[in-house]
Parts: sequence; C-alpha cells; structure tokens
Amino acid sequence: MDLRTTDAEEAFRGDLRRWLGEVLPDLPQRPAPSDWPGRRAYDTHWQRLLFDSGYAGIDWPVEGGGRGSTPVEELIFKEELARAHAPYVGVNFVGLLHAGPTVIAEGTAEQRQRYLPPILRGDEVWCQGFSEPDAGSDLASLRTRAVRDGDDYVITGSKIWTSHAEVADYCELLVRTGAEDSRHRGISWLILPMDTPGVDIRPLRTIAGSTEFAELFLDEVRVPVTNRVGDENDGWRVTMVTLSFERGTAFVGDLLEAVELLSATVTLAVRTGAWADPGVRRQAGHLRAELDALWALTRRNVSQAARTGIPGMGGTYFKLAYTETRTRLGEFSLSLLGRAGLAADDLAATDGLGDLPAETMVEDWLRGISLTIAAGTSQIQRNIVGERILGLPKEPVAPTAAAAAAAPATAAAPAR
Amino acid sequence: MDFEPTESQVDLAEGVRRLCAGRFSLEKVRAFEQVDRVVDRAGWRALGEAGVFSLCLAEEAGGVGLGLAEASLVFEELGRAMIPGPLVATHLAAGLIDGADDGSVVVGLVDALPTGPGITPMVVEHLADLDVLLVLSDAGVAAVDPHDLEADALARPLDPLTPLWSVASPPEGTPVAGPDIAAWWRRDGAVLTAALQIGSAAWCTDLAVDYAKERRQFGRPIGGFQAVKHLCADMAVRTELARCAVQAAAVTVDQPGVGDPDLAAAGAKLLADDAAVANGRSCIQVHGGMGFTWEVPAHLAFKRARVRATQFGTADSLAETLAASLAPSAADVV
Repeated sequence: MDLRTTDAEEAFRGDLRRWLGEVLPDLPQRPAPSDWPGRRAYDTHWQRLLFDSGYAGIDWPVEGGGRGSTPVEELIFKEELARAHAPYVGVNFVGLLHAGPTVIAEGTAEQRQRYLPPILRGDEVWCQGFSEPDAGSDLASLRTRAVRDGDDYVITGSKIWTSHAEVADYCELLVRTGAEDSRHRGISWLILPMDTPGVDIRPLRTIAGSTEFAELFLDEVRVPVTNRVGDENDGWRVTMVTLSFERGTAFVGDLLEAVELLSATVTLAVRTGAWADPGVRRQAGHLRAELDALWALTRRNVSQAARTGIPGMGGTYFKLAYTETRTRLGEFSLSLLGRAGLAADDLAATDGLGDLPAETMVEDWLRGISLTIAAGTSQIQRNIVGERILGLPKEPVAPTAAAAAAAPATAAAPAR
Repeated sequence: MDFEPTESQVDLAEGVRRLCAGRFSLEKVRAFEQVDRVVDRAGWRALGEAGVFSLCLAEEAGGVGLGLAEASLVFEELGRAMIPGPLVATHLAAGLIDGADDGSVVVGLVDALPTGPGITPMVVEHLADLDVLLVLSDAGVAAVDPHDLEADALARPLDPLTPLWSVASPPEGTPVAGPDIAAWWRRDGAVLTAALQIGSAAWCTDLAVDYAKERRQFGRPIGGFQAVKHLCADMAVRTELARCAVQAAAVTVDQPGVGDPDLAAAGAKLLADDAAVANGRSCIQVHGGMGFTWEVPAHLAFKRARVRATQFGTADSLAETLAASLAPSAADVV
C-alpha cells in the first residue's frame, strides 16, 4: 500500500497546474444555468482548449485519439481541475464518459474514426437515451422498438432523463430489437443523429428548477443499420462495459467540491457563532472523516483499475457512501443557514456573511436529492452489493413482459 | 501510488488468518467467557513468535521492522478472530517493556483521561492477566505493577471476554517514556484499534450474510428480501469505507508527506468504531430472535466493538479533533 506519487506524476501535475494558471483567468463568465445554447458554446470551447493542449481524453487510449495516461494521472488530472475550479465536463459528459468509451471498446474502425475525434475536439455533443417512462431501475424491460427495414432501423418509442438533448448532435440509444420479452438478450446500441425526422424533444423541469433533462419521443425514426455499435441484440453487454468504466473516478470533482462546501459551511458556522455548539462541531468533524475516507476509497478504486485494467465493484461502494454523505452535508449547510436557506438568493451576502455561497448551498441541497436516484438508485445499488458481492439471492423478475402486458389493469401508469 | 496491498502484505495477513483459525477458533475463544483471566498464555506466545507484537519494532532491536500498514492488516485479522486480551497495548509496548515483543509478557494500557464526564474511577481491562500495566497521560507513559494496584473487579462487564476492574485513585507508577511516545501511542493505538474494529465489522457481515442465505421464511431465504439484503449491503459498504480510512491512516503514518497522520488516525478510528458497532447491531437484527440469544456469537462482536469504541478516543473526542482542523478552536470563537 503506497500513497506516494512518482516524480513523473508530480511533473505531470506541475505542467497541468501551470497550464491551468495560464488559461483559466481568460475564460469568459459561465452562462446562466438555463441558457443551454450558451452552456454548449462554453463547455465545448473549454473542451477545445483541453484538446489543443493535449489534455483531451486523458484516459482514452492513444488509438482512440486520447492521451493514454495511467489511471493515477487521470486522478491527478481530475483533482487539479477541481482544485483550480476549472469548468466541469458539462454538456460533453455523455460523449466523453459514455458514448466515446463505448465506441472505443465496441465500435468498428470506421465508427471510431468518424465519432471519436469530434468528441475530443468539442465539436459534437452527445446525449443518452437509455431510461424510459416504464423502464427505470428495470432498464432491461425497455420497449422502444427498432424494426429492420432494408438498411435502416425504424424506431418508435420514448426515452426520459435525456440530459442536454436540446443541444446534442447525437444520442446513444438503447432499443429493443429482440422479442418483446427478450429483456437483456434483445437490446441493441444505436447512434441516433438528433436532427433525424421524427425526433421530438420535450424539456423536463427538475425540482431544482433546472432544465437539463428532457423527454425524447421517437416516431418512426429511421437510423441506418451501420449506426449500430456491437452486434444486434448485444447492446446490454455493450452498455455494461462502459458503465463499469464510468464508476471509477467519475465523482472525483464532486468529492473535492464537497470538501469545499464543508469548509464554507464551517466558515458560516464560525461567523454566526454556531461553531460554539459542540453538536455542530462534531457533525462537521464527522463529515470531514467521511470525506477523507471517500478520498481513500477513490484511491483504492483507482489502484485496482490500474492493476487490473477493469474497475472493480468499489465504484458501487463509493456511490452509495458518497451520495449519503453528500446529502447529509447538504442538510448540515442548510440547517446552519436558517431562514436564509429558504431562497436560493444571496441574502446571506447582505447580512454580513461576506463571500459565502449561500446560493450554492441551497441549490446544492436540492440537487443533492437527485444523487441517490441518478445513475442507479441507492436501492438498486444495495441490490448490486447484496447480490454480486455478497452472493445473496437475486431479486425476482416477473415471468415475462408479455404476461405483464396481458394484465393492463395492474400495469404501472405512464410516468407522465 | 498503488493503494492496493502488495503480494507480501496479502501473504502476511493470510498467514495470520491461518494462525488465528488454528489457535483461536471461536470455540476456543468462547471457553474464556466470563472468567477473570481471558489471555491464553500459550496462544499469546504463539502470536509473539509470529511477530504480531514485534512487527513494527526495528530489526536492530529484534523486531520485524515493518510499518503500521502491515500491522493494520494483521490487526484486522486479530479483530476478525475476536482474540481477547490487550493486543494493541502489548504491540505498542514492544521494545519498551521486556518480553512484550515475543509474547512472554502481557502488557495492559489505560489512558489517564477521565473515564467519562464527571466519572473519576478508572476502568482497567484485563488486570488479572497483566504482567505490567502502563498508564498513558499527556506527560508520558508510566509503568505500574498490577499486583500493587488497589482495584475492585466489576462483576458484570459488558463484554464477557473483557473483564474489568475499577481503580479509585489513579496510580503514579514509574515513568518509562515521555510525552512524544505518549502522543504517538495515542495515534498508532487509535489506528490499530480501528483495524481490530474493521475485522469485527467484516466478521459480522460474513455471519449475517451466511445466516441470511440459510434461514428461510415465507418459503425463501431471508437474504432474498430487500429489507434484509439492504441491511447486509450497508454492512459491507460501511466496512469497506472504514477499511480504506484505516489503511490510509496507517500508510500516512508510515509515509511522511502524504497527509496529516493525526487527523487520518482520528477519522479512521471514528468511522471504524461506527462500522463495528453498527455492524454488530445489524448482525443481531439479521438473526432475529436468535440474535438476541447468548448462543449466537453476534453479541460478542457487538459488545467488544463498544469496548473498543471507548479506547484511544471516543466518537465525541475524535470528531472534535477533526473539527479543530476545519476552524479555529471553539474557545477562540465564543
């Protein structure tokens, strides 16, 4: 067990830190959260800056146009960007962390050549079409249907939680190509150009007021068969390959952000006098211990990935533990704001609390509620730990989807 | 950076696990329940011969010359086996008290800090087993002859494998080490006690999971129900998170410059205590009514976890240590 970094790793960190020091002061102001075209322009400009300096696709293999760095360097990269408050991947999330790695692992040479460079350059933005109104935690029950018609698939159905759909050029789309009740064995992974006729986007507003999610309605949308990644009906495996990669270090930025939020919260407690309360101090101390432990767990996960090339189950542990800590941290901040936490406005700034991000604290608390839901709810994560790590009996699955459809009276109501 | 255990570290832990399985089976350990003396002297010497106590002692001084990282892996195994006796104290005393390193002497330790708010008598563990009792204070470490101590045995100790004595007036003893040693003992003692807690938390997870696979109700193994499955999953998550904290703390002590060892130790102990106590509780819960019986060993791990949670820092004192790193001291604020 070794936590020391090598001279080469520190040199990489030093170069990156210098580069960030040069470029960050010249970045324009980040557009308002609801200005999606503005956010796209901002996020893709940042991606282009990374690309031009050799920092795009830091963990992508060289064949995929990436830098081919080690998992440890990737961790340092994320750590330094977060510490310097560099922009987050933003609208490039799906392209860089999902679709790109999937195309690298499972795409044809032509697909890699066509789709990877524009992602790294920030030229093309991707969104994700996985979940459906009736297929959330039970993703394998998805029903969006793709029927072969000559050299095309004709797709009809709907998708939900499609982040950044309004500004995306492509969608990684999971469709049913097998029989209705084929579950995992009848799913294919397609590349859907978002300007194809028959694609209708309807934005969803979250409880935090934000609009990054959308619903996607697909009405006889034609996609060439050559846009399929992996074999027909093999899309489930194709998806799982990349999901496991995403869980390794995806939360590094979030974790460091949480460390800063705790620090700001403590400053708030000191200024309001709440720090004199031992209960407040002990909550803060406990949160500090949890965040430190999560950082140690991250390093364990990265070390595992570096040794085996495949992230282990540690990502599931991390997601469960981190999202709960983060939720409690949000509650802690909000409780210290008192009635100033009733609005996401900087009331605190006018009240002698100076530069403290009261606005961020309120937004963060609300956003935090999604953490234990998105990317697999905590309940599903606990099933995964229980079944795949501890070997407990699996959850029962209804005999067939066809049987469930035959009993419409008991079928779940559409989510909308 | 490679935070995974090396091959030799894994081998070391496996060797100790085998030794424990042979020498300290649960049946053998339980034979010592509710007696004054719980230390099996031959077993203690076997631990000494295996290097458990001299692990961190320099090779020139006759030790194994390894670090706290290795010790944390070894102590996780000792915790898993629920071996009774002052394991951490004897390990810390190696090199300072003759015979501690090879297990021929059993050394106990008590912190001179108040036992609890407004509680003056000292509560000392394992007195009848001890050859030497060390008293830890800010001033340093003092040695006391246990036979000279005026102490009253407590008739009903919480953990049947941790006999207790009450000592009305703290003894002075003979100084054997200064404040520096006392400070690093408090830190390393916290890490090693936390490692014992991890072993206990992991053992509880295994016991609960095995039972949940076996026990059937409503025509199915109870582990197939989410209510039970999720209790078990939470046990595993708590253990793994705390294990990372403990091992990172141990490495932080061994490798200067990678972090603040005192804070890492405090955080590790805090989370390991939480994990061991919560897993003991969950292990009882998964066993249902049987979990509340003396026969099922879940209570032993639960009770020992409570004992360890009072050693080398309590939840409150550890959280205060961590809080102090986040802001000026409370006194400055008020």
